[in-house]
Amino acid sequence: MTVRKNQAELTADEKRRFVNALLALKRNGQYDAFVTTHNAFIMSDTDDGDRVGHRSPSFLPWHRRYLIQFEQALQSVDPSVAVPYWDWTVDRTAASSLWAADFLGGTGRSRDSQVMDGPFAATSGAWPVTVRVDGRTFLRRTLGANGRQLPTRAEVDSVLAMSTYDAAPWNSASDGFRNHLEGWRGVNLHNRVHVWVGGQMGTGASPNDPVFWMHHAFIDKLWSQWQQRHPNSPYLPAAGTPNVVDLRDTMRPWNDVTPADMLDHRPHYTYDTAA
Amino acid sequence: MPRLTRRQALSAAVGATAGLAVTGAAFGTAQAAASSGTGRTEAAGSQHAVHQAAPGSFDEVYRGRRIQGGPADGGGHGGHDGGHHGYGYTVRIDGDELHVMRNADGTWISVVNHYEPRSTLRALARAAVIDLQGADLVPLASLSS
Repeated sequence: MTVRKNQAELTADEKRRFVNALLALKRNGQYDAFVTTHNAFIMSDTDDGDRVGHRSPSFLPWHRRYLIQFEQALQSVDPSVAVPYWDWTVDRTAASSLWAADFLGGTGRSRDSQVMDGPFAATSGAWPVTVRVDGRTFLRRTLGANGRQLPTRAEVDSVLAMSTYDAAPWNSASDGFRNHLEGWRGVNLHNRVHVWVGGQMGTGASPNDPVFWMHHAFIDKLWSQWQQRHPNSPYLPAAGTPNVVDLRDTMRPWNDVTPADMLDHRPHYTYDTAA
Repeated sequence: MPRLTRRQALSAAVGATAGLAVTGAAFGTAQAAASSGTGRTEAAGSQHAVHQAAPGSFDEVYRGRRIQGGPADGGGHGGHDGGHHGYGYTVRIDGDELHVMRNADGTWISVVNHYEPRSTLRALARAAVIDLQGADLVPLASLSS
């Protein structure tokens, strides 16, 4: 059974295996296919049109399914690997062990934001950025640039307290838990973390940075925590909503999975601590 | 390659003056965005743009790069990603189109800054120039899957 752990608690061997599995997917082309999929959805999901992966109620079940697929790809390389989660309310500076050279490497240098250490630095030769929005082929980061701050636990708790899953118009203007977690309204959780990391994480091709998966694994865990706090609050909308994935509508690109299928994470993985 | 010609001409003719002239204002925008602590990054004085039905056109050199925004001309670059999320507006950096999208509240994001809305297309284009650090955009067609 897959157990997703806090990245800060991983052993040296677990870190090494996770990194090696990422590098293997990069080498065989599977990794870049995931980047392409994400960018295609982020460019096509619109507030007044069809929207599946982002700015819509299915943001959470879509990314849950996307991470499960990615985790299965990692496990095809090394069955012992699971996607760790990054609790950015605790590990909230560039000095965190997350950004050490034995794991993801650190922030980029000032001249061109290029990451210069760790297994994903361009200088390692193992991490060419091929699915990209501009000409740069090296991994970039600007951790906490311009004094930006990651969300605090109190800000997370204020969003977890919202009892309604989502609300009309079911997009970036919505009230409710989903849009506040996604960050288009309010204290801004998920979006702000992308911006804090910077580099490719701030673009539509954000999965180019391996921290993408750990960020979304924590967002996914927060969804589970919200469900525990609000056991009587259902996924919304239930049915008949134009341009939006209702509870029992199938989601692209898989077309065989619905939000209803994704509400319970436990058939797919558990957590190292109570979710 | 008309954009190279244009860039060369601009950098020689106006880049040194116009680019410098707007740098200070844009840094102010970036600082306001960084300190806002919310999903909104409205620069002081530009909130009115959120409520406009359509943003105005612009054409300027910012940090040595030509940024242009305005009504899409419809000339030969439609359908690159199956939609027109700029809502009839196109932004170009040195002639290359920047994929932009308007949020329900009237703010804008681009494929370069996809998680941090800006109040106007001009602020969005300037933010992209800052992020690009001199790099060229990849043509949109190659991004589509």
